[in-house]
Amino acid sequence: MTVILTQVVVISGISGILALLLSIANRTIGDYGEKKMTINDEKEYIIDAGDSLLATLVSEEIFIPSACGGKGSCGYCKVHVSEGGGQFLPTEAGYVNPEEQAEGVRLSCQLKVKEDIKIEIPEELFNVKQYDYQVTKLDTVTPKIKHLRLELPKDKEINFKPGQYIQILTPTYKGSDEEVYRAYSIASSPADNKAVELFIGYVPEGVCTTYIHQHLKLNDQLTVVGPFGDFYYQHNDREMVMVAVGTGMAPIMSILKYMQEQKIERKVTFYFGARSGEDLYMMDILKDMEKKMPNFELKCCLSRPKDEDEWDEDTGRVTDLIETYVLDASDKEAYLCGSPKVIDSVVDKLRAKGMPEEHIYYDKFE
Amino acid sequence: MIDIHPMVIFFAAIFTNNMILSNFLGMCSFIAVSNEIKTSLSLGQAVTFVLTFTTLLNYLVYHYIMVPLGIEYLRYIVFIIVIAAFVQLVEMIIDRYFQTLYYALGIFLPLITVNCAILGVSLFMVIRQYSLLQSLAFGVGSGLGWTLAIVMLAGIRQRIKKNPLPKGLEGPGITLIITGLMALAFVGFSGMVQIQ
Repeated sequence: MTVILTQVVVISGISGILALLLSIANRTIGDYGEKKMTINDEKEYIIDAGDSLLATLVSEEIFIPSACGGKGSCGYCKVHVSEGGGQFLPTEAGYVNPEEQAEGVRLSCQLKVKEDIKIEIPEELFNVKQYDYQVTKLDTVTPKIKHLRLELPKDKEINFKPGQYIQILTPTYKGSDEEVYRAYSIASSPADNKAVELFIGYVPEGVCTTYIHQHLKLNDQLTVVGPFGDFYYQHNDREMVMVAVGTGMAPIMSILKYMQEQKIERKVTFYFGARSGEDLYMMDILKDMEKKMPNFELKCCLSRPKDEDEWDEDTGRVTDLIETYVLDASDKEAYLCGSPKVIDSVVDKLRAKGMPEEHIYYDKFE
Repeated sequence: MIDIHPMVIFFAAIFTNNMILSNFLGMCSFIAVSNEIKTSLSLGQAVTFVLTFTTLLNYLVYHYIMVPLGIEYLRYIVFIIVIAAFVQLVEMIIDRYFQTLYYALGIFLPLITVNCAILGVSLFMVIRQYSLLQSLAFGVGSGLGWTLAIVMLAGIRQRIKKNPLPKGLEGPGITLIITGLMALAFVGFSGMVQIQ
């Protein structure tokens, strides 16, 4: 008995002494004191130095995109550092090319803040916030798509542009032991700033979609960070061509709701492609919009209509709709959303019909 | 104690008993960080540094704490704790006071904390009953041997970078084959010295 006890004591003693040593070192050697972080030459923060820039930004509630969570393996967390970043690290070289390096681009998860630092980040990132949302709606709208409504904590709000997306932090569950961020476009209107609505399709073996479709329940909490993205409504007078398939309807829906609320009366046609009748969703809302918005028109097509659909409108793919209904695209602009394959073929089609490349906005769902 | 001159152990650790090429220890960082000669040399230096000092520390802990208390069989857990604490402490110190060294070596230190070559050397030192001087020679030698192996591999990998490879062999596949060939070549040294 005493033998066992001595051994436990000795091991604990050794670990304890080392732990003590390390915590003393952390307090003395590892303490870089308070430093100043200046963002975009205007906002100043007093920060506890010694952490990575990414962690420091998160502690100030500034969320820059990062998919790997600071492991230095995704390359999303690039930040422009103008002063105080220290030397460029070999661990950044894989993601920052020499031209970017010359401009001062750094990987914020690798760079450690040790002195006063000046950085530049896109203005919209100040809007990006991470909160725990509550699931207040979880409807099945087609056999493969769920319609979610996530509500923010009471005193918080989200400010986004119609067309932008958020990221859901998928928790671990049986069969998936890693937390991952996955991006989904917001389908609700920006005016509805206490919640976001999403359309989430089921992807076999998709980490987040499997969680949403099979594990998530009503009233659960879901960690969401956002908004992000440079696909959003552009203010001008050009006629709009909108194209989506499947869950690609989400950002288009948000833009349409925004236009309806703001009483924007630009001419807009929404081409939506689906497989068969059961894959059409939100049709009542869209039909209602068609009635209320004088210049909005909806055109759907089914690639494989079933007999019971009694479909007498267009058949084929969305590219066929563009071919048939868009005659001259040179003075129009386009908003495309869906799988990369569909977007690429629609872009080709629109370019062939004379639409300038800079008037084509798209969001590829990968 | 066994009677082998420390210099013999030193050379044996580099050539005939190379940590990677004859013991296959420390493979993960060996494969992962051998893309470039420059980085692999830095990593090799970091490994040599850590190996030298952890071997020394573990020798002292083993012979002056564990043997008197009769808890030698707990050496695995104790060695791991000592190595981890030491590496972390060193990282903090050079991060604060030796900036240039930090950029050259420091960022590799966390990679080495869990390197099995480091634990392997401490354990071999105990199994083979080395004295303090022998252990030191073994530690330094193993580090240099590890460095030699990774720099050679990086050199070869840089040369074959542009060569066409079958799809399935790209990356770790061809690297493991090269490592195997290098290990075979090192068998040629085996007549030189032997410590086992």
